[in-house]
Amino acid sequence: MAQIRVEKLHKAFDQFTAVHDSTFTIENGTFFALLGPSGCGKTTTLRMIAGLELPTSGSILLDGEDVTFRRAAARDVAFVFQMFALYPHMNVAQNIGFPLKCQGMGGSDIRERVLETARLLRIEHLLTSKTSKLSGGDRQRVALGRAMVRRPKAFLMDEPLGALDAEFRHLMCGELRELHDRISATTIYVTHDQHEAMSMADRIAVMNAGRIEQIGSPQETYDRPASMFVADFIGSPPMNFLHCDAGLDSDAHAVKLKDVSIPVPEISERRQGGAVVLGVRPEHIRFSDAAALRGRVFGAEYLGTTQIVTVVTEQGPIKARLASSLPVQVGETVGLTFRFSSLSLFDAQTGMAIQTASPPSVNEESAAHG
Amino acid sequence: MANVSLRHISKRFGHVNAVRDLSLIISDGEFVVLLGPSGAGKTTTLRLVTGLERPDAGMVFIDGRDVTRDPPGTRDIAFVFQQYSLYPHLTVYDNLAFPLRSPARRVPEALIRKRVEQTAELLHITSKLANRATRLSGGEMQRVAIGRALVRDPAIYLMDEPLSSLDAKLRAELRLELKRIQLELGSTILYVTHDQVEAMTMASRIGVIRDGELLQVGTPREIYETPADRYVASRLGRPAINFLPVDLLPHAAMPPGTETLGIRTEHLQIAKASGGQFAGRIHRIEHLGDQNHVHLEYRDHMLVTLADPHQPFEAGQEVELRLDRPLYFDATGRRIAPTLH
Repeated sequence: MAQIRVEKLHKAFDQFTAVHDSTFTIENGTFFALLGPSGCGKTTTLRMIAGLELPTSGSILLDGEDVTFRRAAARDVAFVFQMFALYPHMNVAQNIGFPLKCQGMGGSDIRERVLETARLLRIEHLLTSKTSKLSGGDRQRVALGRAMVRRPKAFLMDEPLGALDAEFRHLMCGELRELHDRISATTIYVTHDQHEAMSMADRIAVMNAGRIEQIGSPQETYDRPASMFVADFIGSPPMNFLHCDAGLDSDAHAVKLKDVSIPVPEISERRQGGAVVLGVRPEHIRFSDAAALRGRVFGAEYLGTTQIVTVVTEQGPIKARLASSLPVQVGETVGLTFRFSSLSLFDAQTGMAIQTASPPSVNEESAAHG
Repeated sequence: MANVSLRHISKRFGHVNAVRDLSLIISDGEFVVLLGPSGAGKTTTLRLVTGLERPDAGMVFIDGRDVTRDPPGTRDIAFVFQQYSLYPHLTVYDNLAFPLRSPARRVPEALIRKRVEQTAELLHITSKLANRATRLSGGEMQRVAIGRALVRDPAIYLMDEPLSSLDAKLRAELRLELKRIQLELGSTILYVTHDQVEAMTMASRIGVIRDGELLQVGTPREIYETPADRYVASRLGRPAINFLPVDLLPHAAMPPGTETLGIRTEHLQIAKASGGQFAGRIHRIEHLGDQNHVHLEYRDHMLVTLADPHQPFEAGQEVELRLDRPLYFDATGRRIAPTLH
């Protein structure tokens, strides 16, 4: 297993730059997700690491060794695609063992390795089955097995669950993560699905238009998004944005939304004026009759555990996640309060986060530890 | 708009009972969602209402009239399919006007214009009316497909997973819009889906269907809080409800006949272990940003509960469990009402 380092990796196709100077390090054993919308450069990044695409500039190091221009087959990484193709004329064991057979390994060694791999994937009982008889999930497991059997230094996965339906995808996420915990292989996982990235990854890199906007743990990217793009991409429903044209200085303690003043955490970077955007997550909003920020309930979506209530305010629609026991009438006027410590601020021009003092997550965690 | 009533309808295809003795009344202005996995009989039920299929037994009434033997064209219904098929050579305007221009209807052009403009406004696609249908995003195309049903004023709209081909963000947006439009117009809708979130958020009433059988009909809250049986309980709620055999869990005031307890994730609390009887071990923590899903092991059973993302729990940790408001199920899986105190 290995550490993967990517330095100033750049890829241009004619006029179009797919990846802009990406630099990151993936430590040995980390489950690393490359998350972003289609066309953001995540798959191109992965293909360069796999050796299926050559970078325009920059370098890729596998365990400290420069493999930038090495052939894919000589990199000792395993690639798992979305559309996995199994050999239909071979049974499960033959499919899993095929890469070893190609390497010229002996029959009894292959059998041993195939059995070990099948045990890890919990598909020993399927080894003699025809692949055409398998369910979608089992086919996916066999495809994984074929990648694992060589014991590569790293797994590169390109939306491997994209073709599965939602409920099953969630199940497979749990399974993939548990598999990772058993074998601790360095894994790069490309997805456009924030749930997959959040639930499986140790670290997430959020990509937008060829650039990495943020790298962090799932909770960091959620709690302290580096940009409006990240804040909007992660979270469902996404973070609410309230535009404040009045501007904000470093010593301000509140933002003005029309005639409503909303207290914000202390700003820890130097800035003079300039329009800002206040970001608030749906679960950090409560109804309060006394609140100055008011709006009209547009609709409530019951979800069992909670409900999502959309409130139309002068600043636009705001979505709040509230207890489903709270009675809500469509059309009624309500006041909204925000959890002060969890607010985010962004520069309206650049879309980048404005640094505020004492990240809420750190504060509350240390408080909880007592 | 009108009442639609299905009375004891059944439909077989060869050896498969696609729909079994299904009765359902969709009242004027109601948004009824049939929720079930693929192969449950949802689409067959819709096709029986449209007249694209004939039932082997039972009757279909629209507005009090028996239409069981009537051809689809005479039933006064509008259908929205999963795969929106717009006319690629026509503009958005002409796509929307198309159903009104049918020779069978003879709607004057001025009235067509009015209906199309109203519909476009409702769907927020007014600025796209002159565009070619192929020059639209996926969400806009699906809006036009829905709009093509809305320009007419049929007795009932039938919708077959109309949002399932859209990405998550757009789906969330259109869910809310569709519900708003339905309320505004007072439309009667029968909608089928396998997506519990669509069912929960849009339906006036949900019908949970499995293997051609309608298991329970009720408001989203009724179905979630008082499911008829274990299957219905497991169909709604994310993460899914936990089940525990009763002998693993000595619990006071259990109604007689209880075999299994159903515990919704939000009704299972965890705290630092303090030597109590009811303790489990954290197996894995799943981060979702707004909350964590904590997977626990309790006497060889896996349970899932919710926790605040900033609570300091970690994998391997022993925790104390606490239940409130469990659901009780008997040996056959039927829910038993809790004993009153």
